Amino acid sequence: MKASTSPLRAQLRAELQILARNGEQLLLTLIIPVMLLVFFGMTDVLPTGFDDHMDFLTPGVIALAIMSSSMVSLGIATGFERSYKVLKRLGVTPLGRPRWLIAKVITILVVQFIQLGVLIPVALLLDWQADDAQWLVAIGAVVTGSIAFAGLGLFIAGRLRAEVNLAAQNGLYLLLLLLGGMVIPFDKLPDPVAAVAKCLPSGALADVLREALANGGDRPATSWLVLGIWAVVTPVLTALTFRWE
Amino acid sequence: MNGDLSPLNDPPSLSRIDRTEPTLVVEQLCVRYGDLLAVDNISFSARAGQVTAVLGPNGAGKTSTIEVCEGIRKASSGQVRVLGLDPVKDRRVLAKKMGVMLQDGGIYPSARAIDVVRQYCGLYASGRDKIAAPEELLDLVGLSERRLSPWRRLSGGEKQRLSLAMALAAQPQIIFLDEPTSGVDVNGRTTIRQIIRRLADQGATIILATHELDEAEKICDRVIIFDKGKVLVEGGLDDVRRARRVVRLRTVRPLDLTDMPDNLAGWLIEDAPCDYSIEDAPQGLIAALAVWLSERGIDVIELRTGMASLEDTFKKLTGGAP
Repeated sequence: MKASTSPLRAQLRAELQILARNGEQLLLTLIIPVMLLVFFGMTDVLPTGFDDHMDFLTPGVIALAIMSSSMVSLGIATGFERSYKVLKRLGVTPLGRPRWLIAKVITILVVQFIQLGVLIPVALLLDWQADDAQWLVAIGAVVTGSIAFAGLGLFIAGRLRAEVNLAAQNGLYLLLLLLGGMVIPFDKLPDPVAAVAKCLPSGALADVLREALANGGDRPATSWLVLGIWAVVTPVLTALTFRWE
Repeated sequence: MNGDLSPLNDPPSLSRIDRTEPTLVVEQLCVRYGDLLAVDNISFSARAGQVTAVLGPNGAGKTSTIEVCEGIRKASSGQVRVLGLDPVKDRRVLAKKMGVMLQDGGIYPSARAIDVVRQYCGLYASGRDKIAAPEELLDLVGLSERRLSPWRRLSGGEKQRLSLAMALAAQPQIIFLDEPTSGVDVNGRTTIRQIIRRLADQGATIILATHELDEAEKICDRVIIFDKGKVLVEGGLDDVRRARRVVRLRTVRPLDLTDMPDNLAGWLIEDAPCDYSIEDAPQGLIAALAVWLSERGIDVIELRTGMASLEDTFKKLTGGAP
């Protein structure tokens, strides 16, 4: 017999262990964003319309990284946990749903801390100038965006079978990467696509991050509103529709 | 494998249990899925210190009933009390006293055995001075050598044993086991049965859903047989078997049942060539059968009267295989 640890700590430890064992999560949340940042940072081939293309690229890639950890990684893992009856089994322990959710949130925060801890130094190495960055506003944007994306990821994960959920999350990731206003500017997208992209959380998060980090937002007030709406609607939808089994 | 079952020694929560009062009470329970009535107005109870087997063919309503008791599923109507608590309303309190083994799954495939058990020991740690030790639990279920193996690399039997270790992490007062020995080899079955028996002897209430009638016969004190959402019979193991008497007859050569007089042929059931049984035989039937066999010079290898086996009882009640 030994001294006790808390249920939350036990669950958090389990979440982090599972995350560390899933190499594809590392690819999705860290390697792809870093590769995009390095490639487009070094080649300057994106039609950004910015004097310094890094001012466009860095906030966009950070938005992409936030989406990958908050939505795709969380959504895929949760979908499989439903499928493997992990959630069902945890449901009859003293853990409880609030602590399960807190463990998930902390796990995402840990991942995002690592993501930002790698992406920002890489961007600085690629001559990104962060002198005028408003870091508190950027953190607010990351938090709001994380809530919106997590709500969306869990909404999908809570309704679909694990395999369909996997395909849906990856498909959405690719779609938003290309058409969501994160690495390709709105004005370079076809008008109807751009109109939709501006209403998506990806485009809104990238835009408010550009405003916060490089004073280059396209329409920051509207983007904050769009992001806020997503951050309210998707968690509510998830709470109403999520199936634990 | 650890033979002394040390993690189960003197669990503090079990010493206070009253063995005279039912710890699980199910009254007029109904579970409905759309138009399907999966559980149809059933009532039964279970006590501490006993292993209660829940038997029934697939789709009989066993798992639905157990999941209502565990608080996983809501009852459509009726009442369930587990350790005096409502499984849904008092979920938080009950979860600390209840161990659960699902029929399958419940573990992330990449999670290592030791990490899973450590996680579950931690989940039950809140507010306690002591928790079960993960390494001892793994040793108890015979998985010490597989402690670093991820769940997906474990055999079917090893997965079941790991799932049992997770249930034991709760140091439970009541434990629900859904097919605990499914896919487990002979040695593993013996270990699991020992653990279950030991837990019951210490005062835990064990609810065991199983298809393995042989297993139920070996370790259970009480039996509840389900079919089509209803409880067909409930009682002590011997009471259930004793309710039906069976005569077994084995002959050296097969009998021609068409040649038999009507008063005999209608009673004889051919279980296998040269192997027959007669259930609830009326007075005089066995004597008449003995005379008939003697007249035809048919040698008898065995003719004995006894209690029906649980399997016989089960087949008779449900009309099929478990």
